[in-house]
Amino acid sequence: MATKYLHIHRLRRVYVWELPVRFYHWLNALVIIALIATGFYIANPLAIQSQHEASGQYTMGWVRYIHFAAAYLFFFNFLFRLYWGFVGNKYANWKQFLPISKKFFKEMWYVFRMDIMMLKGKEHMSIGHNAMAGFIYFLTFLAFLIQCLTGFGLYAPMSTWWLPKLFTWVPAFLGGDILTRQIHHWSMWFFILFAVIHVYLVFYHDYVEGRGEISSMGGGWKFIEEEVFERNHHQTPNPEN
Amino acid sequence: MTNDASQNTQPTYYQEVERKGYSRRDFIGFVTMMTAFMGLEKSAIGQVAKALETKPRIPVIWLHFQECTCCSESFIRSSHPIVADILLDKISLDYSETLMAASGFQAEEAMKNTMTKYKGEYILCVEGSVPTGADGVYCMIGGKTSMQILEEAAAGAKAVIAWGSCASNGCVQSAKPNPTKATPIHKLLKGNVPLIKVPGCPPIGEVMAGVIVHLVTFGKIPELDRVGRPKAFYSKRVHDSCYRRPFYDAGLFVETFDDENAKKGYCLYKVGCKGPSTYNACGVMKWNNGTSYPIQSGHGCIGCSEENYWDNGRLYERASAFAGFGIEANADTLGKTALAVTGVAIAAHAVATNVRKKKLIFELEKQGKQSEQELKS
Repeated sequence: MATKYLHIHRLRRVYVWELPVRFYHWLNALVIIALIATGFYIANPLAIQSQHEASGQYTMGWVRYIHFAAAYLFFFNFLFRLYWGFVGNKYANWKQFLPISKKFFKEMWYVFRMDIMMLKGKEHMSIGHNAMAGFIYFLTFLAFLIQCLTGFGLYAPMSTWWLPKLFTWVPAFLGGDILTRQIHHWSMWFFILFAVIHVYLVFYHDYVEGRGEISSMGGGWKFIEEEVFERNHHQTPNPEN
Repeated sequence: MTNDASQNTQPTYYQEVERKGYSRRDFIGFVTMMTAFMGLEKSAIGQVAKALETKPRIPVIWLHFQECTCCSESFIRSSHPIVADILLDKISLDYSETLMAASGFQAEEAMKNTMTKYKGEYILCVEGSVPTGADGVYCMIGGKTSMQILEEAAAGAKAVIAWGSCASNGCVQSAKPNPTKATPIHKLLKGNVPLIKVPGCPPIGEVMAGVIVHLVTFGKIPELDRVGRPKAFYSKRVHDSCYRRPFYDAGLFVETFDDENAKKGYCLYKVGCKGPSTYNACGVMKWNNGTSYPIQSGHGCIGCSEENYWDNGRLYERASAFAGFGIEANADTLGKTALAVTGVAIAAHAVATNVRKKKLIFELEKQGKQSEQELKS
């Protein structure tokens, strides 16, 4: 029986996410989970029925301690990622996140039609983030900024260090701690919704493209078809030149 | 030596105290208390005493606009009688709608006199917000709108004190939809007159006295924070000085006002205490001669000295109301709804992917399966 052989695409390994980017990603994931969990507790603590005296336990104290410690890690990790946007490889570059070129908008529109509206057409193959993802990450950076501003703003009066003190203007600007706290709480939901969609889309891309999307945040590699490489199309939004 | 001859005719605070029949001991007691309240060192007691002995009393005009007079009430109930007798009674004799003996033209005349005679020297105290809606007709005194009165009085003032939440941030009458367009005075004052905000509904009497004594003693306004409140009284949150704080740190909370935990005096955080968001000195100075303060009486802080406390969420809940999504909705119910919608959308997207991108997925599978078959086992 004659077997009809298919043309099987040869894949080429591309180092997309450098070690610092991967490290940033997983540390960020970890501290955000910690911040959300402790944040929920701080906002609405569980009803502990305890026979202990108050002096015998420090539950809220420890939960807040974890929240603040995680917040510092989150903040410095965020600063590091911003720095890496200037010195990292082209897939980590800040230009991947800002819709500042016509090409970026065109690609966003294309991703919208192919991946969200599910229209028929030539599949889009981006190597790093696609433009839509890049733009959503830009929004997450804004959310990071909001959380850092409001969070450190609320933390400042408890601290003697100059760094949190830099944020005292935030509650003053927003008109008090009550509203600052509420904005901090509302913005947290953006992270939850983002995480759910983000994890789903990683599975989605891995499933329909078969290029190692899920594992890319582990080893840093994605795989592109040899033809794509030959065409030398760095299909990245806002390329260097 | 002073150029203004009229100042010399003004008695000093100490002279007034003596005339009222207080002893030297009472006076020193008062000075010590005030110095402590202002957060000054012990060595400053002499400075404060000397200032009150030598400086002529500063004329004060005390205006009342949209308010309930609780600030005045709080002030005259301040723990040391000298506060009411001297700082208020004598100081504000010039003009205070609540406490002056004069009325009508006589009163207006007294204010006018003070304003011209002590131009650039008097302290203007404002209690209440200014309604700017409908050209200010909602609050008129002697045929003038409160805006006009404020402008005239502030023009020649040495400093302006915004007493209470009304004058500092508008208080309840500026709650949405704010029909009278009640406006705090810092948004209305023009020029460079220094402004001190003393928010609270009402502010603590001793805090009010402390601000005045500071002005008198040092001849300048006390150190203010970013919002314009004296740092000595508003730099700490009620939460930070709360005697129930250990229960908060331990995670022991009152769940309802009638439960066992309430009897034990646990933290009122979960029944809506706004202590963690409120900057005031209640936990330290307390009220009514240091007798108690809301949390000590078993009721959470409502955040009365915070801007917009009336619109920012509910008094008996931590969770904040989310405007525009029904009266019961808070951020978390909204978040959970969004999460459910997202889940449904993802499920729909996953199904659509398998339908619309069938060919693509099938192709990948075929390629993969072929490689598997071609490999030696």
